[in-house]
Amino acid sequence: MAIALTHARTARRAVPPSRAALAVVLLSAALITGCRQDMHDTPRYEALEESDFFADKRAMRPIPEGTVARGNLREDDVYYTGKVDGEVVHTLPAQITVDKALLDRGQQRYNIYCAPCHSTLGDGNGTIVQRGYKRPASYHDPRLRNMGIGYFYDVITNGFGQMPDYSAQVAPADRWAIAAYIRALQLAQAGTIDDVPAADRGVLEGGAPAAAPEASHGGGAAHD
Amino acid sequence: MSQIFPRSANAIVRFSLVGVLLFGGLVASIIGMSMRSDYVTGANSNVDQPVQFSHLHHAGGMGIDCRYCHTSVEQAASANIPPTKTCMNCHSQIWAQSPYLEPVRASWKTGESLVWTRVHDLPDFVYFNHSIHVKKGMGCETCHGRIDKMPGIQQKSSLQMEWCLDCHRNPEKFVRPREAVFTMGYEPEGDQLEVGRKLVQEYKIQSLTTCSTCHR
Repeated sequence: MAIALTHARTARRAVPPSRAALAVVLLSAALITGCRQDMHDTPRYEALEESDFFADKRAMRPIPEGTVARGNLREDDVYYTGKVDGEVVHTLPAQITVDKALLDRGQQRYNIYCAPCHSTLGDGNGTIVQRGYKRPASYHDPRLRNMGIGYFYDVITNGFGQMPDYSAQVAPADRWAIAAYIRALQLAQAGTIDDVPAADRGVLEGGAPAAAPEASHGGGAAHD
Repeated sequence: MSQIFPRSANAIVRFSLVGVLLFGGLVASIIGMSMRSDYVTGANSNVDQPVQFSHLHHAGGMGIDCRYCHTSVEQAASANIPPTKTCMNCHSQIWAQSPYLEPVRASWKTGESLVWTRVHDLPDFVYFNHSIHVKKGMGCETCHGRIDKMPGIQQKSSLQMEWCLDCHRNPEKFVRPREAVFTMGYEPEGDQLEVGRKLVQEYKIQSLTTCSTCHR
């Protein structure tokens, strides 16, 4: 369109044709170079880009079934399934050490991926459940309190009932961290005042930490 | 021979010289401003998507963490657009009949990808990696704005080089504690520059401004 306009204008002003032609060429060149995006969009794929080469239009290729990344053969049944001979394990696999870092990681991952339904307390009344999703069992049910820790790993990996699997969203190490944190939630909800170190009990009863004298208490019912 | 120009022409020449400079400056600043305008950078306008997905509802209202869907933001260059499976985690039961979600259900049934429109598109000659920014205490909000208040998705930043450099030169102006990276509406405890300088030291943040940091 720019070219056509320039033609019209040059004709009216009766500029010599050679100079008019030069102007048109220069102007067009300027306009065209201004619009080129070759360097912005080089012929290579970015993450999740559409491809016109593959039939499913995905530049990122799905991994063929049975592919094993070098050094990632999942031979360790306990670690990768949470089960031994079809029975869930009751202890964490040997690779996992229970420490503050593991539980912190578990809490963080739990709050991201599990809390929307299971709630931050683990009672199964998360925001998604309040919006109509089938309510999951509370972790504080005797059935789940007595379940081996491998069960939680297995459910995160494969889903259970209405719960979809989270194998794509949560890596194996994080599944164990979450399972350990669920145990911590269970202990916390069933805790009694006797589980609190003597020095910290004052905090729960409204006093100052450590400095408070050992108060007498019945124990049992008081928990946060 | 009489003079062609009257004496007053001298004044006109002086005015013109100043005028040319002013006019040049005006043209330059108009070009400068328009190159930075939202129209050119694409910032602050809603991007249409195949599904009317609302971050306001999901991240804001329901309080779902960014990482529930953007799973690889801590490990990879791309933060990841979630697969249809992630939508169906909840929407197999919630709003399961809604016509708004028909494209999602269709994608779930057929296995065909939902074709989302890209919102943030850096030029291909720029290398960017989400994971290192997240690890060094750059909040999502710093670049992406208050996503939790967006009913439709928008690019909030210009993504121009001077915008990148603003932080790469002075990371203390923007860095936040790692615990607050995924927080929306973060307020620093005290002065940002003071807090920022401490964090820059603690996280060993380098002010990387060599060309090959991004153009590699």
